[in-house]
Amino acid sequence: MPHLPEQRSETVFEDFKPPFDDQQAAIEANRCLYCHDAPCQHACPTHIDIAGFIRKIATGNVRGAARTILDSNILGMSCARVCPVEVLCAGECVHNVQDVPPIAIGKLQRYATDQALAGGWQFHEAGAPSGKKVALVGGGPASLACAHRLRRYGHAVTIFESRERLGGLNTNGVAPYKLRADAALAEVDYVLAIGGIEVRTGVSVGKDVSWAELERDYAAIFIGVGLGADSVMKIPGAQHAGIHGAVAFIESFKTGSVDLSRVQHAVVVGGGNTAVDCVRELIGLGVPSVQMVYRGEEAGMSGYAHEWDEAKIEGAQPVWRAVPVAFEGTNQVTAVRCAALDANKKPTGTEFTLPAELVLLAIGQARLGDLVGALPGIQLDNGRVVVDEHGATGRPGYFAGGDCANGGKEVVNAVAEGTAAAHAIHQKIEGVTHG
Amino acid sequence: MADLRSNTGGIRSPNPFWLASAPPTNSGDQIMRAFDAGWGGAVWKTLGQPIQNVSSRFGALNFRGTRAVGFNNIELITDRPLDVNFREIAEVKRRYPDNAVIVSLMVETEEEWREIIKRSIDAGADGLELNFGCPHGMCERGMGSAVGQEPKINERITSWAVGYSTVPVLVKLTPNVSDILPHGRAAQRGGAHGVSLINTIKSIIGVDIDRFVPVPRVGDLSTNGGYCGAAVKPIALHMVAQLARDREFQLPISGIGGISNWRDAVEFILLGSSSVQVCTEVMLRGYRIVEDMIEGLNTYMDQKGIANLDQMVGRAIPRYSEWGNLDLNYDTVAKIDSSTCIGCQLCMVACMDGAHQCIHPNPDGSRVPTVDESECVGCNLCQIVCPVPGCITLEEVQDRLPPASWNQHVEHGAKLRPKKGVH
Repeated sequence: MPHLPEQRSETVFEDFKPPFDDQQAAIEANRCLYCHDAPCQHACPTHIDIAGFIRKIATGNVRGAARTILDSNILGMSCARVCPVEVLCAGECVHNVQDVPPIAIGKLQRYATDQALAGGWQFHEAGAPSGKKVALVGGGPASLACAHRLRRYGHAVTIFESRERLGGLNTNGVAPYKLRADAALAEVDYVLAIGGIEVRTGVSVGKDVSWAELERDYAAIFIGVGLGADSVMKIPGAQHAGIHGAVAFIESFKTGSVDLSRVQHAVVVGGGNTAVDCVRELIGLGVPSVQMVYRGEEAGMSGYAHEWDEAKIEGAQPVWRAVPVAFEGTNQVTAVRCAALDANKKPTGTEFTLPAELVLLAIGQARLGDLVGALPGIQLDNGRVVVDEHGATGRPGYFAGGDCANGGKEVVNAVAEGTAAAHAIHQKIEGVTHG
Repeated sequence: MADLRSNTGGIRSPNPFWLASAPPTNSGDQIMRAFDAGWGGAVWKTLGQPIQNVSSRFGALNFRGTRAVGFNNIELITDRPLDVNFREIAEVKRRYPDNAVIVSLMVETEEEWREIIKRSIDAGADGLELNFGCPHGMCERGMGSAVGQEPKINERITSWAVGYSTVPVLVKLTPNVSDILPHGRAAQRGGAHGVSLINTIKSIIGVDIDRFVPVPRVGDLSTNGGYCGAAVKPIALHMVAQLARDREFQLPISGIGGISNWRDAVEFILLGSSSVQVCTEVMLRGYRIVEDMIEGLNTYMDQKGIANLDQMVGRAIPRYSEWGNLDLNYDTVAKIDSSTCIGCQLCMVACMDGAHQCIHPNPDGSRVPTVDESECVGCNLCQIVCPVPGCITLEEVQDRLPPASWNQHVEHGAKLRPKKGVH
């Protein structure tokens, strides 16, 4: 994989949740009640034994804490940083019940897993060779988790990734104040260190390699291709310079540099988590005025409230109940003309313009189901690959997980689904039926 | 305002809070600052023969992130010149005539005792405390706990001291004995005006698991020290109460051992202490803690309608009995308040693994566990582990059999209720 450039725009960001030092971790770990059958563990899609690893931090057994985390979630380092713990594990912490701050589970998990990665602590070995080979299409969190677990079972694996680097959105899309690309790639290296994971980057399955070849050469195929290109708005001026899909723009400044020195005003279109990320990122990159245009109201945003609250503190300017109807300018966008909407999201007839030299469209991404939809047996639902609870598709030997199957969830969901699929693939190719 | 004035065997102080003989009472400057902060009395750091202390003297027991719930030391008696100490005692008494200054002493021969007692009284001591308790260093020279562990020697030296003293004499007892009673009685036979207890407990506070050396480490070696701090309070309370309820033992008690706040002090007073002595918590938090101790005690007494300490000293002693007198038909069961339960289920795992397997998952799927009252023995463990005060209560079972103790059962065949939790 090519090295990341040293000069990347994302490096201006500090960690939004700074790491714990030893003392802070010890104090926080000792606050944990060590619940029986802990609700936080139930809330974690990868079912990490959270109370168990926190007790190990409290006793000074940091190595054991890291092992406990990574046993369940091999991407525990990135999940520690990017998980919305407020609505997952920490949201279920029993301390909340009596209005006591919940345990900072993400920061404790980071404390342990950062040390594991920095120290190169490897806890897992590849299983005895099974003689079976599995292809993984896409190199993001779902495939990485699936590949690692398959190696523990002893299967040979090959990851096909169309980009130059592995890691998927961890490398290319996560807000840099949560996880920078270099840390994401360090985690990729940690996962690959189990050995025996063949990586073929710059290879598009369906173009450079056919599905038929994969079916011929591999006992099973895992599809973890994520989501596709940013959705566009087909309105006048959409071709102007300065208008970008949100995910593409984030990738450009995470893995390289962007020059925003002439941007005084930016407009982000959307109200989901990607939109909120974009707002905070543009503010952090120094854009003086960042407005977020959303067709609904604050209460209807799909972005997490705790993230939006931070965005507001940082200076986000929301424009509720509005939708762009044209991008103004000659070659370069200079303003966004918006139509005001009523409570039913119908135009009121009023229009107004917002100055903008940069517009980011965070209104969704294409579904990549079409990539595999042509294969007989694979069912699509609104562009998502339909899978059963084990990750199996309707086409024998094909499994799927991550955003392409769940429509776009958290990294931890992708890890859980990739891990579950590995288990199902193992049972399938070893001839074991589900019990 | 309750009357907090204290009298322990004739040693009077404006409140019952004394500093124990220890590093916080090493010098006149310290003790005057302590009196300014509100301490009623101070037992001067033990005077005796010249000694030399080691570097690295203290060790601590931390527990679940709480520092120094237990503490130990291998420091000896004062290492400052006697002349300096006596000069400072005189200065303190001149400036603080109403506060009690008790001088702790530890020497060997009768002549030494006579000499040092005279000098202490000449300096203005309001009382003396004979250090028969130090369990490290000095006992190996035949002093400290070497005296306190031998009732006859205790009695003899006490009688010397009382004979030479014109002020009240307290004997400080060591807990490093199997039964405290013979030692308290020995002090009484020797003529002491009171006893103070407990001194520190022989201990090794921990081991440096990287260097394979016990703690505190002095170079490449360590030694046993004296254990104190909050964690020793239960041992001290028992020994104080043993003496306080003994029919033969009649002396006033100055209670010592893990007293860290006004609640601890109340407990010691209720079990028979006329005054209380504090060291470790002052070492950890400073003299300023006494402000809360005084206020907390005062508020407690006012709320309980207790006018003065005499109405309070030993008030719980009649309720301290032998196991054989406990009512075996007293029956409680745990109740979990579902409205305050936070669902941690620590009670359930504690009951399942450490008690009588009578707390179970709620069949309705909620995280509030249920108690099988037919199996619950009322052991209190669930209440102890519950992080929510008041959520788990132990409630008395109604319609129980008339009270019956083991002794009554053995002597008169009193009827006992069927056993629970013996499945």
